[in-house]
Amino acid sequence: SLENPEPRTRARGIQLLSQVLLQCHSLLLEKEVVHLILFYENRLKDHHLVIPSVLQGLRALSLCVALPPGLAVSVLKAIFQEVHVQSLLQVDRHTVYSIITNFMRTREEELKGLGADFTFGFIQVMDGEKDPRNLLVAFRIVHDLISKDYSLGPFVEELFEVTSCYFPIDFTPPPNDPHGIQREDLILSLRAVLASTPRFAEFLLPLLIEKVDSEILSAKLDSLQTLVFQTASERVETEGLAALLSLTACLSRSVLRADAEDLLDSFLSNILQDCRHHLCEPDMKLVWPSAKLLQAAAGASARACDHITSSVLPLLLDQFHKHSQSNQRRTILEMILGFLKLQQKWSYEDKDENPLSGFKDQLCSLVFMALTDPSIQPQLVGIRTLTVLGTQPGLLSTGDLELAVGHLYRLSFLEEDSQSCRVAALEASGALAALYPVAFISHLIPKLAEELRREESDLARGDEPTKCSRHLRCLQALSAVSTHPSIVKETLPLLLQHLWQANKGNVVAGSTEVIAICQSLQRVAEKCQQDLESYWYFHETAVPCLLALAVQASMPEKEPSVLRKVLLEDEALAAMVSVIGTATTHLSPELAAQSVTHIVPLFLDGNTSFLPENSFPSRFQPFQDGSSGQRRLIALLMAFVCSLPRNVEIPQLNQLMRELLELSCCHGCTFSSTAAAKCFAGLLNKHPAGQQLDEFLQLAVDTVENGLGSKASRSQAFTLLLWVTKALVLRYHPLSSCLTARLMGLLSDPELGPAAADGFSLLMSDCTDVLTRAGHAEVRIMFRQRFFTDNVPALVQGFHAAPQDVKPNYLKGLSHVLNRLPKPVLLPELPTLLSLLLEALSCPDSVVQLSTLSCLQPLLLEAPQVMSLHVDTLVTKFLNLSSSPSMAVRIAALQCMHALTHLPTPVLLPYKPQVIRALAKPLDDKKRLVRKEAVSARGEWFLLGSPGS
Amino acid sequence: MVGGGSGVGGGLLENANPLIYERSGERPVTAGEEDEQVPDSIDAREIFDIRRCWAWVESLFLHLTHLIRSINDPEHPLTLEELNVVEQVRVQVSDPESTVAVAFTPTIPHCSMATLIGLSIKVKLLRSLPQRFKMDVHITPGTHASEHAVNKQLADKERVAAALENTHLLEVVNQCLSARS
Repeated sequence: SLENPEPRTRARGIQLLSQVLLQCHSLLLEKEVVHLILFYENRLKDHHLVIPSVLQGLRALSLCVALPPGLAVSVLKAIFQEVHVQSLLQVDRHTVYSIITNFMRTREEELKGLGADFTFGFIQVMDGEKDPRNLLVAFRIVHDLISKDYSLGPFVEELFEVTSCYFPIDFTPPPNDPHGIQREDLILSLRAVLASTPRFAEFLLPLLIEKVDSEILSAKLDSLQTLVFQTASERVETEGLAALLSLTACLSRSVLRADAEDLLDSFLSNILQDCRHHLCEPDMKLVWPSAKLLQAAAGASARACDHITSSVLPLLLDQFHKHSQSNQRRTILEMILGFLKLQQKWSYEDKDENPLSGFKDQLCSLVFMALTDPSIQPQLVGIRTLTVLGTQPGLLSTGDLELAVGHLYRLSFLEEDSQSCRVAALEASGALAALYPVAFISHLIPKLAEELRREESDLARGDEPTKCSRHLRCLQALSAVSTHPSIVKETLPLLLQHLWQANKGNVVAGSTEVIAICQSLQRVAEKCQQDLESYWYFHETAVPCLLALAVQASMPEKEPSVLRKVLLEDEALAAMVSVIGTATTHLSPELAAQSVTHIVPLFLDGNTSFLPENSFPSRFQPFQDGSSGQRRLIALLMAFVCSLPRNVEIPQLNQLMRELLELSCCHGCTFSSTAAAKCFAGLLNKHPAGQQLDEFLQLAVDTVENGLGSKASRSQAFTLLLWVTKALVLRYHPLSSCLTARLMGLLSDPELGPAAADGFSLLMSDCTDVLTRAGHAEVRIMFRQRFFTDNVPALVQGFHAAPQDVKPNYLKGLSHVLNRLPKPVLLPELPTLLSLLLEALSCPDSVVQLSTLSCLQPLLLEAPQVMSLHVDTLVTKFLNLSSSPSMAVRIAALQCMHALTHLPTPVLLPYKPQVIRALAKPLDDKKRLVRKEAVSARGEWFLLGSPGS
Repeated sequence: MVGGGSGVGGGLLENANPLIYERSGERPVTAGEEDEQVPDSIDAREIFDIRRCWAWVESLFLHLTHLIRSINDPEHPLTLEELNVVEQVRVQVSDPESTVAVAFTPTIPHCSMATLIGLSIKVKLLRSLPQRFKMDVHITPGTHASEHAVNKQLADKERVAAALENTHLLEVVNQCLSARS
């Protein structure tokens, strides 16, 4: 049949032969292969109906290992010569690509011998290919041609043409496509080809720019403006802007490489042209979209930024003066701010001249106009712009700076209703003071010092509320500008001096003043934490000064004066505690060790020699002396030693610990005994494991047990137990479980039970003064989870076993533990606790109610099926609690009512009329926050089972 | 299937240039509001918040347009201007006298949705305010062709009640109310 005159029959014959070959190509001998190849090559000249089968045969032969050298080339030559590939069917074209691929894999050397003819032949083969499946193969072949270094000869441009015509890929797979080729596959393989050789660059770059020009610029820019920005879809907008940004960035880079200077410029000019008139339109409808476009482009590179800024800024400056309404001015200023910020982004790049410097006078006058605007918004933007201007060197002249400082001074004393503006002004002062300390020292600090002196003399005459708030602002301003070491050297003495003055006998200073000054000091200390030198200066100056003041105040006096004792009040001491803590945590171990040798002897031996004013009427002996005033200062010792780094050795530690223990069980003053207990606990937590720690622990346990046994000091012993337990729980110390059990036992103690229940809150929460991570305490990350798993079963058991009158203590303890636990950890455990929680809803204690509600609320959302079994109880209890006297409980109950609507509707429908009636009452609650929850809960209940919901 | 070069097919513009207003943020909670003892009176801002101010009204319209389009004549979608029906909402409230007055302004005088909008606002207030309040929802004077008829409908308790008996209407109203909550 191979020689049958009817071509269809011949084709079938060859097809049969080809299929046989496909099965057995590996068994063929070299001689047979040569013979077959000659036959097939010859057949290529046959009728076009026969060709597909011939190609299949050749494909089978191309897989032969026994193919002698030279034949691959001759086969390919024959195909290139005889077959017009693109007029074949897709399958047959695919066969051709397969033959080529096979040969390229096995006969690379031979094909390379063919030189550029091979490349040319292939170009002819693939020219006009349209099928995505074939394209994938063809792209891979081109990629191999290039990467395996086949000779391209004079055909580089042709090869580029034949592939680049597919760019950009426009292909949407048909919905029922069985081949699973995605647009991305094609895009990626084409990109691999186009980017595979630098020899394509000269053709590729114009192509890309042309595409960018025609599509991105005209179509995309337009659509970006008109479509993207108006659809209010932020995601699309962000994508669009990101695209523009990377495009510009890409252009900026490619231009540098290809040395075609004007490409970026023309691109940007196009954008500018499109946006310019929007910026100038009086109705300002499209200003923001245009500004965003420009800013996206300017964010791409320093050059783009310069180009855009220099043409847009004059426009905007002009516009600012054309508009007179403050909100329009604010909008324009905000846009200017955006451009300035971008300029800032690129300012690190070494540039000869800042393009903004030409506009600096105009910008400054604009900013000052905004700062004096009657409404707040322009002022706010003005402040932000001023900050950005200030961060770029050379834009603010000395005169401008002086003016700016003057404005900031004025803005720092704004009234309550411009709070946001004042805060912004303080922030700006801080930022600028770090850059221009000299200007602030010479123009701002003297004014503030003057202000403080006025306050002092005013205070001497009597307190006025307006003056009082001015005083506070002055203190805030002082701390806000303390952002530079040289400024701290000015402000810290001022503040300390002020504190001394406030405690002189001739000034009536309330504890609020002292607290305000301490807060200001603390903010200064926080600002100093970055700079080691400044920080040490602060520590070395402020800590002795505060201690001296406090010691002075604690001295017994012949005529007792009320004023002096202000410093010894709980709140004033607490404020000093946080200053000392903040001024100590960041000390290096060496400096801390230096300081500890002064401070510990001060408390243990009354050695006051290092204090700045140390002539006291009598000795300072907080541990021995009976005066309660001196004992209260243990809180300051605690602030210092509990903030030290762990490896700092504390002198006379053994004695210190014993004194602390003794003081902690001393009755009479809760403040000092608690401070001693906390100090002891803080030191215990950091002490390395070993014999000494065990001794301290044994001592503590003995002290606790003795104290609990004696009637007089039970509550002090309990406090000590609580703090020691916390110190050990935090570091996973083995003894902690024993102490926790002791604590749990106290839950049924008629006297200490409620305090023990509240103690669980302390165990689970973070302290601010001792046992903090910042103060170098050993705090293991999962301690809450661990405490939960270790102790909750015992708590639940204790609850069931406890007599009725102390059950609430267990519930309260439990709710403290549950409340502090991260909700995701809690959720899987909750169903087992559910019956307990439902019972807790009836507990009269509002703390228990609140924490139970906050446990149930997420459970309603996450496990509606379990919860719907209890719907009757839940509805009744929640509604009852929604009229609780405590506002927080009412709010939580209404939030639970809202969460109830997540249960299956059929379960809820029987309750709907009742609930809607009942929720009418909280709609008229006297508290707005309660009403808000009632509105949303009732609205949801109305929608239940209603059409359209 | 794959062609050389192509035009990027942009979607149709769905929205002309609406003026974008700054959204009033969450009302900051003041110290007084956290104090158990101090009563807070119901003020205009609260009513405003109840209806989630602008954004709510705006979404209400988009929603209504969408609904009405799907209910009525799919061949004749509403024009874009019609989306921008409400220009401003004015609220007056007196807690001691237990009165609330809400005026809304359709930008085009023939807005067919005015009644439905009024009804939605009214229902939202009914559900969210204490019963003691007397509510008045009306169109800003001089901004709608059939202003009086609409106002009369909205003021008539029985007609409002009857309207809400209508499952279809109730459905539309409920959809509006759940659109943004």
